[in-house]
Amino acid sequence: MDILSTSLVDWSRAQFALTAMYHWLFVPLTLGLGIIMSIMESVYVVKKDEKWKKIAKFWMMLFGINFAVGVATGLILEFEFGTNWSNYSWFVGDIFGAPLAIEGIVAFFLEATFISIMYFGWDKVSKRFHLASTWLTVFGATISAYWILVANGWMQNPTGMTFNPDTVRNEMNDFWAVAFNPLSVNKFFHTVLSGWVVGGLFVVGVSAYLMLRAKRLANTEETQDFARKSMWIGAIFGLVATILVCLTGDTSSENVAKYQPMKLAAMEGLYEGKAGAELIGFGIVNPSKQSYNDSVKPVICKVAFPKMLSWLSFGSMDAYVPGIRNIIDGGYTTPDGGTAVSFEDKVAHGKEANEALKNYRIAKKNGDIQEMAKQRAIMDAHFKYFGYSYLENPEQTIPNVPLTFYSFHLMVALGGLFIIVFAVVLWMLYRKKMKPSKWLYLLVFCIPLGYIAGQAGWIVAEVGRQPWTIQDLLPVQAAVSKLDVSSVQTTFWIFASLFTILLAAELTIMVKQIKKGF
Amino acid sequence: MTYIFLQQYWWLIVSLLGAILVSLFFVQGGQSVILSLSKKEEDRVKLIGLLGSKWEITFTTLVTFGGAFFASFPLFYSTSFGGAYWAWMLLLLCFVLQAVSYEFQKKKGNLFGSTTYRVFLMINGLLAPILVGVVVGTFFTGANFTVSKEQIYDLSNPIISVWNSPWHGLEALWSSPLNLLLGAVVLFLSRVLAMLYILNRAKNKDFDDAVAKKMKKRLWIYSVLFVFHFLLFLYDLLTMSGYAVNPSTSEIFIEPYKYFHNFLQMPAVSAILLVGVVLVLYGCLRTLFSKKFGSGIWFAGSGAILAVLSLLLVAGWNNTAYYPSLTDPQSSLTIFNSSSSYFTLNTMFYVSLLVPFVIAYIAYTWKVLARKETK
Ligand code: HEM
Repeated sequence: MDILSTSLVDWSRAQFALTAMYHWLFVPLTLGLGIIMSIMESVYVVKKDEKWKKIAKFWMMLFGINFAVGVATGLILEFEFGTNWSNYSWFVGDIFGAPLAIEGIVAFFLEATFISIMYFGWDKVSKRFHLASTWLTVFGATISAYWILVANGWMQNPTGMTFNPDTVRNEMNDFWAVAFNPLSVNKFFHTVLSGWVVGGLFVVGVSAYLMLRAKRLANTEETQDFARKSMWIGAIFGLVATILVCLTGDTSSENVAKYQPMKLAAMEGLYEGKAGAELIGFGIVNPSKQSYNDSVKPVICKVAFPKMLSWLSFGSMDAYVPGIRNIIDGGYTTPDGGTAVSFEDKVAHGKEANEALKNYRIAKKNGDIQEMAKQRAIMDAHFKYFGYSYLENPEQTIPNVPLTFYSFHLMVALGGLFIIVFAVVLWMLYRKKMKPSKWLYLLVFCIPLGYIAGQAGWIVAEVGRQPWTIQDLLPVQAAVSKLDVSSVQTTFWIFASLFTILLAAELTIMVKQIKKGF
Repeated sequence: MTYIFLQQYWWLIVSLLGAILVSLFFVQGGQSVILSLSKKEEDRVKLIGLLGSKWEITFTTLVTFGGAFFASFPLFYSTSFGGAYWAWMLLLLCFVLQAVSYEFQKKKGNLFGSTTYRVFLMINGLLAPILVGVVVGTFFTGANFTVSKEQIYDLSNPIISVWNSPWHGLEALWSSPLNLLLGAVVLFLSRVLAMLYILNRAKNKDFDDAVAKKMKKRLWIYSVLFVFHFLLFLYDLLTMSGYAVNPSTSEIFIEPYKYFHNFLQMPAVSAILLVGVVLVLYGCLRTLFSKKFGSGIWFAGSGAILAVLSLLLVAGWNNTAYYPSLTDPQSSLTIFNSSSSYFTLNTMFYVSLLVPFVIAYIAYTWKVLARKETK
């Protein structure tokens, strides 16, 4: 069997993407709604007003329905590192495992233990203990997000480790560099806050729906009142979260520019770099562009903001942003003052490193200590581009441009839209103009948009970094498990149908419960 | 701390998590009797409710077991999960069913009706213990794989761990009787523990006398089945050859009566096994013969932890290969050749000091929930 078979790699990627995307349909709501319901319960405890207990309990019930599927898909994701990316698991296990273990010990147990108090403990523990349990559940979920994003951030910007030729893997030598990788820290805030945005949109949308439905429920007045109260909290929370998401997104862009220039170029469809590069607000990726070095215009019908990409990426209007062709050809001056290495040279470095690794191990077998030291020095000198040894042509380093481009622009545009939506809702609530009307359906319509923005974000982050499972060190085709394509196809379809059925069941349950009202 | 100490320590922690997981399978045992518990709907609902406040801990223990194994012995993670693909996938699938069923079975609009979700719970209740038993069986009986780190510089085929059976893990079901035997042991153990749990709750008036009587009868049957399979398993284990590793050359060789020797050479581990088995039996017998005794679950539950712990310890300690390769014995995994680096194990050592704290708050919250349930 040919391990480089694109089909195996593609199906393994598809399976991981499928699981991750389904997982990310449930987690954002857990993170966002979790905080909102905790705030509501806090209001109840402070004000001692039973109304707020009822409101909090309603949202908690929806939280619970959503939570279960998130847990299930998360389990699969964790194990898929091993089942489908076995080489990867060995290559990074020494670093990647620690955050995962901490996640389990520190975060998951917190979540799993206190959620049972949250649901089963209302009349069994004191109000304060119950409130603490609710917060601890959400706190557990949030720190678990931290550790998994530490792992993800490390893959995009590997730090705090050295490659050990004896064990043929990366080994951690600085835990704090891994745990506080600047890329991971920012990723945590951007990602968790995006979950809060989803939570805000959900609460606002569902409350809008309940305002419309109130007249058909027995407790019309109460429903109106509770929905309005919920909407206030959802909208304030959502507005703050959206502003922060956009701010952290700005830092994300800087990080991408610094650590993954190819991803940035793909996000903007930038093939030819320039100083004072423009940021595209709207555009169409030209389907007739065939090759990275033809002269076809990459983006047509575009509306762009001059110099803004340079500013967004490097904080200076005149900074040079390399395009896809420049990154492949090399030769431009990098922000740290060095000269960019071309694809061909990177491959050469990678092969040197790989060859030295081989010679090192032969020397070790022969007990030739001097030779070992010599080969190790060569390997270390070239290791930065180790992963390029598995690549054959420069096209392999270019991610899917249209997908990355559209996802990025969609995410940013939706961010802008959400700020407007939350601001308008707050204004209407403040002016007491929030009355049942058909317009409220627009707010219901915004719920899925929140999810779409988050999925788009992940597409930017993950499709944009292809072909790397670990930036510059391990491409997908050297990371995959050696399985029959048919096995992976089978599990793909099993998961696809199972998750879809579960999603359908969850949605109908959700809708039924929402229709009942508070 | 030396590297070897840390490797032994992490094998202990992973084994402990595995042992706790097995004893928490009382949840699975309970799930598998939901429909046969009683004809009354309220009893079934009660049982699902009781298990429903516990299953997350079992599930989380599984996740943490996976995470800790990955972190401390990544070569096992990459070799076994990527190789015994179908065995692990089946296990995962049956846990997905569990995760959604508790929440969905009681809700309107769940598309398939509550019985379907209860059947899902039963499937998980049966399949999870059997599969875990079978997979752990291969820690003793081995599997068909090779590990070759040299592969990394074969640029067109750089995959290190390769599985050599087209069944990708399912072959464990028939490759050696010991695997299935262990599957049966874990299954009946989960049932025994479940009966003890239900009887404990019956003492607290969660179930009536009719249910208690029925479960006591069942406890008889499952205890006998458990003891019978366990003895067979133990006999097999003590008489079989195992893969040993020479600590100075790292060479793997076959040693007759390896596990028997391990018990002899590690008397503390034998003592753990003995105490564990005695506790399980005491929990069962006293529950069976006394009218008032309702705490059998505590004895049998902690006994199960100890017994399983001792079995996992003889699989990995005392220079034993815990994952023997039948294809190429030198590819076998030991706690030395498959572990994380000194630095990582040492860092995680400090994290693991939190485990008692975690256990303490879990115990505390369970106590809070249980005490008031009786009111
Ligand atoms: C001005 C607005 C925004 C900017 C400039 C921005 C920027 C970015 C960038 C550059 C990435 C890729 C980071 C990487 O690859 O490491 C990213 C990822 C992501 N974005 Fe945004 N974003 C914005 C708004 C939003 C909104 C409104 C949401 C959702 C509600 C969102 C959700 C995400 C998610 C979930 C990811 C993937 C996780 C990550 O890599 O951080 N973003 N964003």
